[in-house]
Amino acid sequence: MGTIKILNPGLLSSIQDAGRYGYQQYGMPVAGAMDTDALQFANWCVGNSSNEACIESTIIGASLEFNCGTTIALCGAKVQAKINGEFAEMNRSLQVKTGDKLEMGNVQAGCRIYLAIAGGFNIPDLMASKSTYLRGKFGGFEGKALASGDEIEVNESGKQIKRRLPQALISDFSNNTSIRITAGAEVRRFTQEGIKSFLCSTYTVSAQSDRMGYRLSGAKIEHTDGADIISSGISTGAIQVPGHGAPIIMMADHQTVGGYTKIANVIAADLPLLGQMKPGDKITFKEVSLEKAQNILIEKHRIRQELLK
Amino acid sequence: MIDYIPSGDSAFLVKFGDEISEEINRDLRAYFIAFNEKKIKGVIECIPSYSDLMVLYDPLIIQYKALLHQLKQIAENIKDISIPEARTIEIPVLYGQPFGEDIQAVQSHTKMSEQEIIKAHSENKYLVYMLGFTPGFCYLGGMNPQIATPRKEVPSQKILAGSVGIASQQTGIYPIDSPGGWQVIGRTPLRLFDPDRKPEFLIQAGDYLKFYPISEEDYHKMNEND
Repeated sequence: MGTIKILNPGLLSSIQDAGRYGYQQYGMPVAGAMDTDALQFANWCVGNSSNEACIESTIIGASLEFNCGTTIALCGAKVQAKINGEFAEMNRSLQVKTGDKLEMGNVQAGCRIYLAIAGGFNIPDLMASKSTYLRGKFGGFEGKALASGDEIEVNESGKQIKRRLPQALISDFSNNTSIRITAGAEVRRFTQEGIKSFLCSTYTVSAQSDRMGYRLSGAKIEHTDGADIISSGISTGAIQVPGHGAPIIMMADHQTVGGYTKIANVIAADLPLLGQMKPGDKITFKEVSLEKAQNILIEKHRIRQELLK
Repeated sequence: MIDYIPSGDSAFLVKFGDEISEEINRDLRAYFIAFNEKKIKGVIECIPSYSDLMVLYDPLIIQYKALLHQLKQIAENIKDISIPEARTIEIPVLYGQPFGEDIQAVQSHTKMSEQEIIKAHSENKYLVYMLGFTPGFCYLGGMNPQIATPRKEVPSQKILAGSVGIASQQTGIYPIDSPGGWQVIGRTPLRLFDPDRKPEFLIQAGDYLKFYPISEEDYHKMNEND
């Protein structure tokens, strides 16, 4: 069986698939790719099932060496990649052979790069997923972020696939993004002024942002009567506002329950885009109805099905 | 009165009240059982907490109006479903030394003897309201307020899995090794969470827990931890 060897993990690299579902009632976070679109695209390019685990690298791409001949693809954040010093194109299948070295630089747009490998990684499923839950030191490759010298076994793919992602599916990530939301479960716990601040100002993704949540800085959001609720379930994309008035968006590794008022939820269709935002990026929020949010998702899915036949 | 509150485009909160009470939790548990029996297509999973259930679903399979209709139907049919008695899970605990190194802190705070603390901690049944915080961590209700003790001023770097602790009005068990500020009064030899076991989690929301004291010899016989 072949392996890949991590030469440099960049800022943070970990194994992620579409997430670990079914155990949130026991307190197990979902984890999984922050940009599930890019995960799916990278897998499509190499002929994997859409939920197969990839390496997710953050802000600085990983460098690695292949000890097998196989097919790979890079999707997500825009990054300059080289194989043995030669320019390697993103968003398409790339053939590599034993001894080849892949190097990536800093992201030029977006935040997270997904490396798929044909056949996937030979890593055991833990509770039906290969995703790494970093804080819990659980799942993925030995429950941890990838480090220089790690060798990960890869499965034989059997088939050689040549694919290029349709241009229509390639996002131009911007530093200034409009994210669509629906009203949150506790929206009535905010003043009119507070809701106006939230919807009409620009927020910045702060440095205290990670796979668990994005802390935003910007206009404070005012509550009518305190920020605490009886602890209750949280879904990914929920926007909590603690007493200090600065919103926090719950991301892939968020805890399953929380005790702060939620002003809004990011719509499911925009979560992958949100997953490509990094500290310093600007966000504005635009409210849509629940019906519209679901229709946007259905339409997005329909277009994708057509393009990735 | 049940409220159905959308929480984003992929989740509904089914809300049974706005306080922490065993009564509300009983209604919630009954609904949760009925909900699981109905196996609604498109539902991904469900997170019970103190006074609500969060139903997570895939809007590509079921949209909110259709789901809302089904969720309301469950409430209407709940009387026709037999709700089994809640389980009581017995949790053996080796109280005091060597693992319960903070039992002295609890003694000096409460002015109770070690034996009185053990009795007060192990005679009540505790309701598991929900799990969260870390995988397998139970939020328990029903502790005797006499043994309430504030958290440690300086948290421990590592509290061992299975440690049983007190933090003000709460008691709980650490499912995995983690840092924390709870006053540790003992340790259970049982593993609350083991990803390689079926079921992975020993306890679920709606269960009752009953702690009982064991000897050090019994602890080693039953030990699943190390």
